[in-house]
Amino acid sequence: MAEVQLQNVCKSFGSITAVDQMSLTIDQGDFVVLLGPTGAGKTTTLRLISGLERPDQGRVLIDGRDVTSEIPARRDVAMVFQQYSLYPHMTVRENLAFPLRSPLFSFSDEVIQDRIQNIAEILQISHKLDNRTTALSGGEMQRVSIGRALVRNPAIYLMDEPLSSLDAKLRADLRIELKRIQVELNATLLYVTHDQIEAMTMASKVGVLESGKLVQVGSPRAIYEDPVSLYVSGRLGLPRINTVPAYLFPNSPAGATTIGLRPEHIEQGQGEPARVIRLEHLGDQTQLYLDFKDHTIITLTDIRSTLRPDDTVYIQPRNPLYFDVTGHRVR
Amino acid sequence: MSSITEPRQTWKLAAGLLVVFYALVTLLPLLWIISTGFKTPSDSIAYPPKILFEPTFEGYVNLFTTQTRQSEEFLANNPPTNWYEQLVHDKGMVIAGPSRYGERFFNSLIIGFGSTFLSVFLGTLAAYAFSRYRVPLKDDLLFFILSTRMMPPIAVAIPIFLMFRSLGLSDTHAGMILLYTAVNLSLAVWLLKGFIDEIPLEYEEAALIDGYTRFQAFRKVVLPQATTGIASTAIFCLIFSWNEYAFAVLLTSGSAQTAPPFIPTIIGVGGQDWPAVAAGATLFLVPVMVFTILLRKHLLRGITFGAVRK
Repeated sequence: MAEVQLQNVCKSFGSITAVDQMSLTIDQGDFVVLLGPTGAGKTTTLRLISGLERPDQGRVLIDGRDVTSEIPARRDVAMVFQQYSLYPHMTVRENLAFPLRSPLFSFSDEVIQDRIQNIAEILQISHKLDNRTTALSGGEMQRVSIGRALVRNPAIYLMDEPLSSLDAKLRADLRIELKRIQVELNATLLYVTHDQIEAMTMASKVGVLESGKLVQVGSPRAIYEDPVSLYVSGRLGLPRINTVPAYLFPNSPAGATTIGLRPEHIEQGQGEPARVIRLEHLGDQTQLYLDFKDHTIITLTDIRSTLRPDDTVYIQPRNPLYFDVTGHRVR
Repeated sequence: MSSITEPRQTWKLAAGLLVVFYALVTLLPLLWIISTGFKTPSDSIAYPPKILFEPTFEGYVNLFTTQTRQSEEFLANNPPTNWYEQLVHDKGMVIAGPSRYGERFFNSLIIGFGSTFLSVFLGTLAAYAFSRYRVPLKDDLLFFILSTRMMPPIAVAIPIFLMFRSLGLSDTHAGMILLYTAVNLSLAVWLLKGFIDEIPLEYEEAALIDGYTRFQAFRKVVLPQATTGIASTAIFCLIFSWNEYAFAVLLTSGSAQTAPPFIPTIIGVGGQDWPAVAAGATLFLVPVMVFTILLRKHLLRGITFGAVRK
């Protein structure tokens, strides 16, 4: 386990800049989640740290050691791919043993079997150990894939949307399990996702990527409550943050062109009238769609709300987020 | 219920009969060769052909031995000591020594399997490189490799003959292995590249991160998944080099002669020994068949299905 650092790392593929001047420090024991849409450079960042890609510029340091030009095997990293990528010609057990049998280590067979048993229990795949990997369900495959990383004790675990292909229940279970394992092992983990629930619940730090640039790093709370830009504010929060022109409400600060309104920024019962478009009852919450001066605003309301379409609701902002014309935050 | 299954069964029966008929037609020459090997010379040329006959090993004995005619007196003084000497004895002959068939067959084995191994070995490495690395002029190189097969290999027989003569490769095992490898290699590279292209890169990347070098990943992860391609390529290469006739006639005559140019010469001088030729041809079929059957289980596809989400 160790600290991992990226220093001004750049990587482009042809004319496409995948990672642009990225600097990031992942401390020992951190659970860092990289958040961003497809193509923002999340996977490339993982591949740069693992050594599957060489940066065009900049350095990668693991535990203070410059590994920029080292092959993946020498970097002491473990990675869970988005694709399952289990070796199809091996059983589950052989897949889990594969990293431990590498030339890097010389574990005895007992130690190897011990570790496999241990990991298999945590991931609930003990009864599948002697199956061929091709005979597993999608969820089982992905758990084996995670297990293949966890049998080792590397400097850092890299995970590329490991839960994205699982069904909702399994995803929730594994999310909690993964966090528990990380805390227990005091593991350093860099995790890529576009699922904001995963980011909010597991991360000790969230890094938000925008077209290859790391635009903000901070605790999930800080990213949510204090985003530096309109782009960052849209990455977290359900329902998504509403953005309306600043002139719709009085008292906007100078330079602000856009107001960002999360549900908690919208005070209901006072202010100006808005027309109810519809309500969506999601069980634990009720989303309220409002038409406010020809702009649709989505907010939350009481789950037992008796509002009906075309009713009028008075709203006013309460400590909203202001952004300037380039999308930067105005404080 | 029965109204649904009945037409189906009729169809099944018809399809089955068709397959059996087709098999009979295609296997007939093979049956002819095999049965001729067990006939006497006179039975072998009987017309109409004898379907039922008394089998004899005469053809096989003639195939593996050279014989000389001897006087009654000599035959009486040298009684046969085993069944095949007896067989020859009955014709008024004695066995003078082994024929050259065994040697020629052995040459075929060395040259056939030698060039197959070399083609597949070099082909796998080349195909992997073409599949995974950024090779300058990759497409041109691949096209060049393919273009070597655009004319019949025998078209370059004369330059090869002259080259082999001046290099001292004529009538050597090494020369023939080299030649067949050169001919087979382009097919091997193209076939294997197709198979290796289909193996997702993710497996190697996973192995690299799991602590293995590129070569170890190739050996432990790529090769086991390429067995289907390697097995089928090996079969193709073996069939070509095993059956090749023209170059063998041209470039070998003595120590490195393979079985194909030798088999027609078995027919002998004076008297046409068809059973011996048929016996030689029958045995010649065996290695390719055994090789194919041994590799059959690797030819089954589908072991890699489902392990990578597409």
